[in-house]
Amino acid sequence: MKHIISVLVENKFGTLNRVASMFSARGFNLESISIGETDDPEISRMTIVTKGEDRIISQVLKQLNRLVDTIKVTDLTHQPHVARELLLMSLKLSKSTQHEIFELTNVFKGKVVDIKQKSITIEVIGSPDKINTAIDLFRPFGIRELARSGAVAVHRGES
Amino acid sequence: MHEPGQKLNGSEIFFECLRREHVEYIFGYPGGSLLKVYETLHDVKDIKHILVRHEQGATHMAEGYARATGKPGVVLVTSGPGATNTVTGIANAYMDSSPMVVFTGQVPSTLIGNDAFQEADIVGITRPITKHNFLVKDVRELASTIRRAFFLATTGRPGPVLIDMPKDVLAAECIFEWPESVEIRGYKPTVKCHANQVQKAAKMIAKAKRPLFYIGGGVITAEATDALRQIAVEEQIPVTMTLQGLGAFPGDHPLCMGMLGMHGTFWANQAVSNCDLLIAVGARFDDRVTGKVETFALQAKKIHNDIDPTNVDKNIKVDLPVVGDARDFLESIIRELPKAKEDRSAWLAEIEAWRKQCPMEYTIEPDSLKTEFVIDEISKQTKGHAVVVTDVGQHQMWTAQYFKFTEPRSIITSGGLGTMGYGLPATIGAAFGVTDRPVITICGDGGLMMNIQELVTAVYNKLPIKIFLINNSYLGMVRQWQELFHKEKYSFTDLEASNPDFVKVAEAFGCRAVSADNPDSARKAIADALAYNDGPMLVDFRVVRKDMVFPMVPAGGSISDMLLARLNPKTMV
Repeated sequence: MKHIISVLVENKFGTLNRVASMFSARGFNLESISIGETDDPEISRMTIVTKGEDRIISQVLKQLNRLVDTIKVTDLTHQPHVARELLLMSLKLSKSTQHEIFELTNVFKGKVVDIKQKSITIEVIGSPDKINTAIDLFRPFGIRELARSGAVAVHRGES
Repeated sequence: MHEPGQKLNGSEIFFECLRREHVEYIFGYPGGSLLKVYETLHDVKDIKHILVRHEQGATHMAEGYARATGKPGVVLVTSGPGATNTVTGIANAYMDSSPMVVFTGQVPSTLIGNDAFQEADIVGITRPITKHNFLVKDVRELASTIRRAFFLATTGRPGPVLIDMPKDVLAAECIFEWPESVEIRGYKPTVKCHANQVQKAAKMIAKAKRPLFYIGGGVITAEATDALRQIAVEEQIPVTMTLQGLGAFPGDHPLCMGMLGMHGTFWANQAVSNCDLLIAVGARFDDRVTGKVETFALQAKKIHNDIDPTNVDKNIKVDLPVVGDARDFLESIIRELPKAKEDRSAWLAEIEAWRKQCPMEYTIEPDSLKTEFVIDEISKQTKGHAVVVTDVGQHQMWTAQYFKFTEPRSIITSGGLGTMGYGLPATIGAAFGVTDRPVITICGDGGLMMNIQELVTAVYNKLPIKIFLINNSYLGMVRQWQELFHKEKYSFTDLEASNPDFVKVAEAFGCRAVSADNPDSARKAIADALAYNDGPMLVDFRVVRKDMVFPMVPAGGSISDMLLARLNPKTMV
């Protein structure tokens, strides 16, 4: 099963490498990893999407905790959380498809960020599942280039 | 000794820090990026620098010292090849959880990344084989980094830590500050076991009819052997140990079952397969122990105490995990156990029957020499009161089977990584730490050659180590697998035509040496070596060439099915 794990780490050089190489050394699946500074410049937040059976995920969490540079490891999967990913996608454009692409972009609450005679670039923000669906639906138009940010996630607030 | 608050250069700070960490010995080798350190070292009298002949030797020496004493071993090597030569030794210490701090010189920080002369990204290279590592970019961070490194190496589950020190940082000056305490926010090992888990464990132990202790090296690291002995004796629980756990419980005690696993005793493996409660302490269910995991200890509830939570449920799912220090665990258990004891005589009688069914025994013939005899004889002549360092292979397994280890920190061996070439340098390191018992290498002819250059270090320092070379002129363990599992295709394992005369080699290094090829001469040579204390002595035991280590669990097999002898390899029990 897919898990989304949030990790607070020391904002030091090599930390991303420590985490990524631990995943490859132990043969864990690493679907996406994103990292950025938090409000405290000494601490970064990593969001990791991985998948595996419960036994493997439990090892993933423990091995993450074991790294000296990790401060806190949280498996958000079964907790209320918001996860978002950014998709930037450049598509082939022609008179016949233009209308459909605009419409589909609206359906995904996306934006057109660049348009030329033969190409259009759109951005879509959403859960990783929504991004997957968007890619599937835009694919028939012809994808020229595609980049996705990997998920970032935080807990939902308390009421 | 300089006081904090003085202006010092990086090299001076380096030694000030080592003093404050109570370092006695540095195992090192100089080089370009460390010239400033060696300049300072010239006038350092209180910390002894041991010059090795290869950086790999330095790491094994530091580990041998660490395992013999419990104190962290310290290595100092130059950048580039000096640093990369330490990789095997660091990986070895990582796998066997030995405390070690490795200092590497680095090219000046302005040149890092430029493919400078003798540059290697040692921090990148050693990331997966160190507990943690550091590159010091500013002399003002040197002291606090060294403080952290020793703290990390020696606490929790110990391990190697590496500090990379660029040449310019070692020459730069700053006010020396020594941090009184260490705080690493991402590092809080659980030492104290959870009280509820301990209570549950005590209840399971109290009512078990057929309990068994499965003891690993963690019990020795945590100095928990007294507590172990108390519970085992009071509760009448038999004890089996891993290779690294040997010595945690006295080998001559009736409750001692010897080693378990691939080359463990028949009765220990039978006990594992038939016990109703397996109490694993400071052990990690390694594949050499469990064999086929699906059939491992199927009748048993399992308690697993380990200081590293990643070891829990890694290979084997357990019923009760208890994360924490082994000594805290066992001492807490003692407090929780009820006064009334379960009668376990039927269980012990059953084990005794297995012991009689397949005892560990060997034959003595007047004209040939068997390794089992040599090791048994060393054990008898030292009364088990020695530090025995092995290399890797058949002799290592025979040592585990036939040497009666009676106290902790008496076997030093490469268990996890299985590093040939470990024995001689690790013995040298141990000999710097231990002076009240004989320090012995038992090694093979293949492994000895891998770090034979360190004979110089032993001779120069007049270390009274005993190098007992089990010489069958084969890579014996590989040969054994070739015979049993690879159609007797003996590719590149016969060394007879290429091995040197080891007596002459040793003598050329200035080391006393004799050879022995029968029980009588072997007995005399062992006595002679144990009595000789003016320097190292090598005995070249010309043993039977094609002997194999039994019993044996074929890799991936169930530990209840052991191969017992060569003549009838189909004999499975």
